[in-house]
Amino acid sequence: MSNSAIERAAAATPPGVARKIRGLSDRAIAWIFVGPSIFLLLAVNIFPLIWTIRLSFTNYRVNRPNAEVQNVGLRNYERILTDTDIWETMQATAHFLFWTIALQVLFGFALAWLINKKFRGDNFWTTVIVLPMMLSPAVVGNFWTFLYQPQIGLFNYVVGFLSGADPSSFSMIGEVSLAPWAIVIVDTWMWTPFVMLICLAGLRSIPTSIYEAAECDRASPWRQFWTITVPMVLPFLMLAVLFRGIENFKMFDLVVQLTGGGPGSTTELTSINLKREAFEKWRTGYASAYAIILFVTVFGLASIYVKALNKVKER
Amino acid sequence: MSDFSVTAASRPQKWIAGILVIGYALITILPLLWIIATGFKSPSDAIAYPPKIVFEPTLEGYVNLFTTRTRQTAEFLAENPPQTWYEAIVAKYDMTIVGPSRFGERFMNSVIIGFGSTFLSVFLGTLAAYAFSRFRIPLKDDLMFFILSTRMMPPIAVAIPIFLMFRSLGLSDTHAGMIMLYTAVNLSLSVWLLKGFIDEIPREYEEAALIDGYTRFQAFTKVVLPQAATGIASTAIFCLIFAWNEYAFAVLLTSGTAQTAPPFIPTIIGVGGQDWPAVAAGATIFLLPVVVFTILLRKHLLRGITFGAVRK
Repeated sequence: MSNSAIERAAAATPPGVARKIRGLSDRAIAWIFVGPSIFLLLAVNIFPLIWTIRLSFTNYRVNRPNAEVQNVGLRNYERILTDTDIWETMQATAHFLFWTIALQVLFGFALAWLINKKFRGDNFWTTVIVLPMMLSPAVVGNFWTFLYQPQIGLFNYVVGFLSGADPSSFSMIGEVSLAPWAIVIVDTWMWTPFVMLICLAGLRSIPTSIYEAAECDRASPWRQFWTITVPMVLPFLMLAVLFRGIENFKMFDLVVQLTGGGPGSTTELTSINLKREAFEKWRTGYASAYAIILFVTVFGLASIYVKALNKVKER
Repeated sequence: MSDFSVTAASRPQKWIAGILVIGYALITILPLLWIIATGFKSPSDAIAYPPKIVFEPTLEGYVNLFTTRTRQTAEFLAENPPQTWYEAIVAKYDMTIVGPSRFGERFMNSVIIGFGSTFLSVFLGTLAAYAFSRFRIPLKDDLMFFILSTRMMPPIAVAIPIFLMFRSLGLSDTHAGMIMLYTAVNLSLSVWLLKGFIDEIPREYEEAALIDGYTRFQAFTKVVLPQAATGIASTAIFCLIFAWNEYAFAVLLTSGTAQTAPPFIPTIIGVGGQDWPAVAAGATIFLLPVVVFTILLRKHLLRGITFGAVRK
């Protein structure tokens, strides 16, 4: 490596300045490099979090700045945990989480398994399949309301064409019984490729020598699938489920554009419900307590799950 | 070579796999093709039954997207014949163009906030990732986990105090506020991804440079940065896509001056409800850059979406 220019520059630098630059120990550089990021995260994440915790013990309302703010202790928490509407919201979220994850794992794994057969053009088609997940959920979600229109919507037309039903006889986002499925379908459409990509990485990480050894032992393809493929892909699959679980627990943009939480409150997931409390009813203190409960839930579930994931990895 | 392997799929197996995957791909791409097609339909073709696959393409959707129009009397239109092709399109509906729509502004906001926050988060992220990768930092694992955990909070939960904070600092509905917010949100992604990329650069390169008399900072800028260029570029694209697509913060914290395109596009309305060709035209313009980026990013896609947890 030629460094004559730098040597010359070093020689020309006055000794005092050189000592100053050189004098920056690795430790100093480490803090200068990490410091701004940590500071920004403290300012934009931790400070607001502490603020939220403080607000959660009060009856503060943003839209009534002159009203007296009272300390209400744990009353907000009590009210949330005993509120039946919030339990309904939680149930809607659970339904959404369970079905989106189940369907995405099923389709994602199947697709990855098929793509791993390495047919011609597999790379091209993988890229095509991946496209939906990179797009803006709000913009795409809004367009899906058009696809879901009774009669004129493409989705209703295709379903009607395949099943013989009248395309104007049902409304995916207008009916209480269908709306929870309407959001599951769009989320699955959007995020199946995510699970697929991770499974594909898992499948590709399995050395062929293991299959060759199994082939020598005359293990049936069925047995090979359950004793080699599935256990080897499982840690990857669990990671995909972790990501999807956290993301879908926070789900807001796609569903708010699709159904807005309706009809009634059938698709009112926790984030939408929280938005309503915080930014439509302006119950700031109450909503803060709600936010803390949600955060603790995600964090708790995620940590338990990460422990389980590490156990699977160790095996 | 694989043709002779006992483990490779047989020819018919490949055929079946190919047909199934291509079938899925065609179904999954259909809604996106429908968006593009709808952008070129006239309003009546867009809501025709049965849905029209063959139609006469028109730029009405795009004209409506970029303009605001007003209804005119037949006499007025007869006296003022349309001068340009887009005025002619509007004149068919007894309307004249009175000015541009807000779409251009909203799109530019997306560009400014997207690029601004991407630059900052990649800049800060590169520095932090280098330090995490190379130096002994007390509580390193805890700090890394802390950085990741900031991404687990539901945006709406964080939005309550940020809304209050922005209001007292005068940052509500400003570009600066949104850039700062998106920078912070993207930092977790950029630190984690870039740490992975920098971990892969052998330390020996820098050590050689240090022995040659480089300072640590020179070793970083002259040896590590060029080596990490691809990683930095793909991280930047991931940050940009996130900021580009973000909706929750945008809809809560911006209304006029700093509003980005995602909250705006769904509000495009025409006569009697949403103007679907215009919405589709806006969506097409807005989504197309991401499609291009996704194709460019193919190789690093998996890494980006898993915060570097899975590397191929």
